[in-house]
This record gives sequence, structure tokens and C-alpha cells, in this order.
Amino acid sequence: MARNHVTTTVNGEQVEYLCDTTQSLLSVLRDELGLTGTKEGCATGDCGACSVVADGRLVCACLMLGVEAEGQQIETIEGVASSAGLHPLQQKFLEHAALQCGICTPGIIVAAKALLEKNPDPTEEEVRYWLAGNLCRCTGYDKIIRAVLDTAKQIQGVSS
Amino acid sequence: MNNPAEKPEIYQYVGTRSIRPDGVDKVTGRARFGADYFLPNMVHGRVLRSDHAHARIVSINTEKATALAGVVAVVTGADFPDIPRTMIHLGEQQADIRDIAENVMARDKVLYHGHAIAAVAATSLEIAEQALALIDVVYEPLPVVMDLDAAQADDATLLHSDQVTMTMTGPVENAQPSNVAMYMPLPKGDVTQGFEKADVVIENSFQTATVHQGYVEPHATLVDAQVGGKTRIWTSTQGPFLFRTQIAGALAMSVSELQVIPTEIGGGFGGKLSIYLEPVAVILSRACSRPVKMVMSREEVLRASGPASASRIWVKVGAKSDGTLVAAQAKLEFEAGGFKGSPMVPAVMTMFASYNIEHVLLEGYDVVVNKPKASAYRAPGAPQAAFAAESMIDELALKLGMDPIDLRLKNAVDAGDLAVYGPPFEAIGLKQALQAVKTHPWYGQPLAENQGRGVALGFWFNVGMQSSATVRLNEDGAVTVVTGSPDIGGSRASMALFAAEELGVPPDRIEALVGDTESTGYCDTTGGSRTTYATGMAVVEAARDAVQELRRRAALTWELPLEQVAWQQGRAVDLTAVNDPLPLAELTANAGQTGGPIAGSAELNAQGVGPGFGVHLCDVEVDQETGATKILRYLAVQDVGKAIHPSYVEGQLQGGAVQGIGLALNEEYLYTDEGVLDNPGFLDYRIPVASDVPMIETHLVEVPHPAHPYGVRGVGETPIVPPMATIANAISHVIGKRVTRLPASPPRLLALIDQ
Repeated sequence: MARNHVTTTVNGEQVEYLCDTTQSLLSVLRDELGLTGTKEGCATGDCGACSVVADGRLVCACLMLGVEAEGQQIETIEGVASSAGLHPLQQKFLEHAALQCGICTPGIIVAAKALLEKNPDPTEEEVRYWLAGNLCRCTGYDKIIRAVLDTAKQIQGVSS
Repeated sequence: MNNPAEKPEIYQYVGTRSIRPDGVDKVTGRARFGADYFLPNMVHGRVLRSDHAHARIVSINTEKATALAGVVAVVTGADFPDIPRTMIHLGEQQADIRDIAENVMARDKVLYHGHAIAAVAATSLEIAEQALALIDVVYEPLPVVMDLDAAQADDATLLHSDQVTMTMTGPVENAQPSNVAMYMPLPKGDVTQGFEKADVVIENSFQTATVHQGYVEPHATLVDAQVGGKTRIWTSTQGPFLFRTQIAGALAMSVSELQVIPTEIGGGFGGKLSIYLEPVAVILSRACSRPVKMVMSREEVLRASGPASASRIWVKVGAKSDGTLVAAQAKLEFEAGGFKGSPMVPAVMTMFASYNIEHVLLEGYDVVVNKPKASAYRAPGAPQAAFAAESMIDELALKLGMDPIDLRLKNAVDAGDLAVYGPPFEAIGLKQALQAVKTHPWYGQPLAENQGRGVALGFWFNVGMQSSATVRLNEDGAVTVVTGSPDIGGSRASMALFAAEELGVPPDRIEALVGDTESTGYCDTTGGSRTTYATGMAVVEAARDAVQELRRRAALTWELPLEQVAWQQGRAVDLTAVNDPLPLAELTANAGQTGGPIAGSAELNAQGVGPGFGVHLCDVEVDQETGATKILRYLAVQDVGKAIHPSYVEGQLQGGAVQGIGLALNEEYLYTDEGVLDNPGFLDYRIPVASDVPMIETHLVEVPHPAHPYGVRGVGETPIVPPMATIANAISHVIGKRVTRLPASPPRLLALIDQ
């Protein structure tokens, strides 16, 4: 089967890859590009462990095809921290102990970052509903929600 | 309890909320979990699973699959060694290694839908999938046994024709082949006499569903089985040494032929104490002489791994009119799945362990059915038993017109009391935990219409067992701690804090690593709430060993006897007050001149474990039109001995509570009459999501456990014991009827309301 040539941008860097027509973006990221920070928990769009941002939109990478990424801007967990340091969300997740096993953490941080970019001052309820597509079996969500709210407060404090 | 600036009272570092050593890796995506490992020349393995819940395998034809281009190996049960029936020690329990081997790959019969019957390795996953479809299996279907009644009927179809009912001391009298694998009675006093003394006697029967641990990371393994060399196994496991024992047993190998390398683990809750893919990948890797990677799909996880037992518990309790419990009797039936070994035994032992009751008779039954082999799930058996017991205590409180916490306080065990299963309790904090709930501001708060409040307690033994640790000091004074306990919920943070406290070095100078079966000493599993207790104890001892060596080096430098050198706040101190203190970093920098590298190690078998008691409070609102229940407030109180890292301790309470909310309200395996799981995905097997739950308030009671240097008692399992009963009690108070079957999902609750 002929593979498809795709040119896209991942975390600000232009990349090219070959993928099967049926191959998900999740499989491309993990198996073709070595970006294993994006996790597979279900492959059916139910757990959010593979959350990435495609052209500004939060998506499950398992529900998007690799070929669909052509010309798009893809952001994954590997692009959240920079050489300057951790993103405030990552720092707050550590301070609040908002992770236990850590398998859901990349997806939740990517999703929470997308939330704060759209809504910099969310209520607890808004955070809970935004993150309702990201399963965490360990924490009971309490410390995750607090970390996101605290990050929002910190970013607000800095910008005001 | 969520103030990160909170200061400890007596320790410098223990009890602070330091950043976990593996934190940055986990928030940046660098941490490598089971599916994140790759090897050069690697191929992909997939498993063919049974289409029938119960059938004899007549034949398996793999010719077409083997001929497919890209397929490098095809194996069936015939390629696995025929293991004799032998009970082996697996940490907390014993298991039959033949059952484990047959669960990994069926030989003559399939015992549940999804049971592995063949496997393929191929150069791509797609080819492996195509090859599975080319394998021809001829089945002879057998009647399907899906529940406790069908399994125990006089004319029941037997899953195992050679199985008879065992007791702790041998087969039952006149043993005939049976689906009941084990019967265990736990008698104390004389219940008949006990019930005669009671002023109030009540009885009821309770049922819980088959559920799954629901870890977000599917099982994953990568195996390189070299001919003439070591077989290396990277895998997501709660116990690399336990896996080594099981894999070696299932494949008739010696443990020394295997190296098990634990990857980061994406949740387990008991479900990653069982091997599934590993022996299959070993046989495939041997067959094709290439590394083989295998990852389960979510559907496979739900169909063929895990589940926690469904149960039915009949219970009768008797009390005096002043609330004194005088007698308790119960029959506990647990589904084991296709092979024996449900958590019936701990269910029996924990059921009334929190109370002083003179006359008790508990009888447990371990029953095989055509479902996947039950695996451990967080305090195995205890949540089901607590649901029944604590519902009855709640009912008694209503009957007697007593406050439910007062009734529990009146009968609760304390230090010196004998547990129903035998030994006396040492210092425990059950009564303090009950008092903490009673005095919490929520307890007296008024409730609106359709709202109800529930309380329940929970008990779990916790275990000690074997652990090893090394503490190495680097030239620059930084410290590396290595243990063999996989970090499933932040235990590296505790290990770093123990070493920090003993050495007087800040936790951010301490790296805590999880080694593999070659690079670290033997450690039992991350299970039984034992890691911070037992492995933590090993880290404390290893650090003390290193401190002893540091003192010796200072004594050598100062030409003083060892007794004249103390270790205080990270420095060697001359007790004769002649020399200036020598900081740790100076001693390690000069280690080459004073005798070489400095390290400490410890190997132990931790005894005298501290039992855990928790008390939960929950307010619910029930929509009586739809049957939907909303959790309004949730409080989890627990005696944790000593919280080494309070945030991760609170996290255990919060996570356990929310898992319990899922079990109480929603989670349930739904089967067709043919024994096919109807909801094998996270959409329909729906675990709680963020919008389903409120914040989980925690309160830590700290009654130090005398056998641990820092007073630690196990924490992780107890929090899942009370929730089912807590929530069922709250709902029962709203609807005025006793909830006896969980989950109390909307349709089931609506049916009860309308009954």
C-alpha cells in the first residue's frame, strides 16, 4: 500500500512524514515521530490521554488521521515547556501534587492549557466540564482542578 | 488540607510537600510508560481471543496465518510448557501457577469470552491483525455459567472437572467436583446464643457487580528473548520481582534467566499484579528471534484483564437496645471468574473487623464462573463486605434511633481489642476518625428535600513483606536512592523525604529511582499499601547505614573514636568540640581519600504492619424522577499513622473515594446471555469524570504506628472500602428504602423507588 507524504508543523517545527491512509495522528506522533508524550488509553476518543491541539482546536489524536494534519499546526505535550522552563500549568501540577501515576497528565495539561487560552479565568465548574473528556483514575480530580484554578489565578495576577 | 506552605512540627523534611523527584518527567511527557519502549528490529505481537465464553477447543489451524507475508511467528497453547498444578507464593497470597499459565494462553478449553487462544508476531500491527483473522479455530461450545446461582445449581455445568471445594486444611467432606473452589468459615463464640441475647435482629442480602480497576494505561510489554542469553522484559507492572516469579513459573524457567525492567506504570490498583502478555511475548520472541512488543487495546483490557469480583452477601446482625452489637452472621459468595481465587478470604476477614462482637459466624464461598479471572483491586473484597456490613449498621442505627456514628463508636475496636480474625490491635485511630467526622462542620448541616447523608467506615490490614534499598552519595553531596518498588502514586517523593530526613539533605538533592530485577535487591510488589511502609523502612535503614559510614569517615579524618562523632542536620559533629563540623558534601568530595565511595543498603522483611481505618461522610441529592444521584459533598477521614508527604496521602484518600463513587453509582460489567461483555469501552463502562464529582475533603488522623521508625501505616487501599456503603446509606435515607444492590445506576434506582 502506497504511503502518504505529509508536511505539517509540530510544536513550531516543520516536519514531514509518510503514513498509511488509515493511520491515526496518535500513531504518527508516537510511532513515526517518536513523540511518545501523547498517550493511548482507549483509541476511541473516550479517555483524552492523547489530547493535542490541531490548528488551535483541542482534539483526541486517536480520532484524527495522520493525513489530516497536512498544513496544520499541531501542538503536543512536548511543546508545552520551553528552554526557558516549565509552563505555569506544569509547575502548578507539581506543587499541587496533581498527578499520581502520571499517564493522564500530558493530555490533561494540553487540555487545560487550551482552556486557559480560551478562558483565562474559568470557574471550578467550567474547569470540571472542560476536563470531563480527560479520564484520571488516580486522583479523584481534586488536585487537578485546584492546580488549573491556581494557574489561572497566577497568570491573571501576572497580566493585571 | 491543601495549603502547600504547611509546616511540619518535629521533622525537618518529613511531612513537607516537596516536589516529587520524577515530577518534571511526568508533566513534560518524557516519562516512559509501558507502550513507550521500542527496540531495533522489533516486531508486533497480537493475541487471538475466544469468541465463546465456555467451549472446548477442538482444533486450531494456523497454516494460513503463518503463510502471510510479514508474519514471523504464530503460537498456540501447544507451544507453551504443560505446567503441573502447583501452589506458589505470590507475596500477599498463594496462587496456582497452572491456572496463571492457562489464563495467559488457553490449552484445551476457553473459560471466558476473550480468553487468549493463539498469538501472532508480525512486522506491523496491521499484518498481525490480518493474520489473526486467518487462524481457524473449531470450538465445541459448552453451556455458559454466568452467575452464582447457575454455578452452584445441582446440575451446574462444571468449568473444571477436577476441581473440588477446598478449605484452609484440605478438601471438604465427601468432596465432589464443584464450581465452588473454596469454602472458608470464620467462627467466634456461638451466634445462635448471640441472637437470642439480642433485642433487635435484622437481616438482608446485598449484591455488587463485576467491575474493573480502570487504569488508564493498557497492559504493555516489550520482550527480547535471546537464545543463549538473558530474556529481557520491559513491562508495566506493580511488581517486577513478582512478575519474574510468575513468568518463570508459567514458562518452566528459572528466575535468573529473566530480567524484568519495570517501566513507568499508568495505574494498576491491583490489576497489574497479574501477568497476561509477558509469557506470550517471550514465546513469540523465542520463535522469531526478534524483540516482540505487545500492547492491549482498551477492549482487550476490559474483556480479558482485571475484573474485580461480583458478590452476594447475606448478613444478619443482632444488637442490644443500647446499641451493643452481640451477634453477626454472614454468607459471602464471590465470583472468581474462570479460575479460582476471588478475594473472598479478605472479604470474610475484614467484614466485621472494625467492631467488637461476641458471637460471629462468617462463611465465604469462592465460585468460578465464565468471566475473566478476577484480579486484585484495591483492598480486594473489603469494599463489597463493607457495603453489606455498614448498610446493616446504618439500618440498626435507624431501628434503635441512635446516631450512626455513636453506634459505631460504642462498638468500635481500639488498641488491645482482638480482631475478629484473631490477633489484637496495637495503637489504632478508628475512634479518632469517627470523632473527626462527628465534629466536622458538615455533620450537623441541614439537608434539603431529596438530599441525604451517609456515613460508613472501612478497614484494611495493610502488609509489610520484603524490601531492599540502596542509598548512594555522589561526590557533590547529592543522593541517589534505588528501590525495586514501582512508583504508582508518588512513592518516590516519600522515599526522597525519608532519605532527606535521615541524612539532613534537602529533598531536591535526592534522586529516587526504581530499579529492575538485576540492578536492585528483591522487593515485593507495590501492593497491600506496603510501599511507603516497608520499602520506606528499607530506605530509612539504608540511609542510617550511610550515616554510620559518614560518621566513620569523619572519625577517621579527626582521629577520634566513632562515639565522639554525631550526625546532625547533614553534618558530622565533633562531640569533643575541637573540630569544625564536616558537611556531607565535604565528606563525599573527599571519600576517595578516606576509603572510597560512600553508600548504605538495607534488606528487610517488614513485620508488625499498621492496619488502616477510614470513615467517610457523603451528602447526596437524588432526582426521584430520573433515578440520578448527585454527590453534593464528600469527606474522607483516615488514620494514616504519619503522612510522609501529605499531598500524596490526601491524593490516595481522594482517588479512592472517587473510585468508590464510580462503583456505587455507575460502574458495572454488562453481559449478554452468551457471556459476551456488552460494554467493553470507556464510553459505556463509564468511570467518574471531573464533572461528576465535587472536591473531596480530607482529614488525616495521625496515630503513629509503633513498628515503623516514622509511624507510617499503609494508606492506599483503605479509602476505597467505605464509599459504596457511605453512598448507599445516603441514598437509602433519601428514598426511604434500603439500597441493596450496586451500582445504584439511574434505571436500577428508579426501579427501587417505584417498587
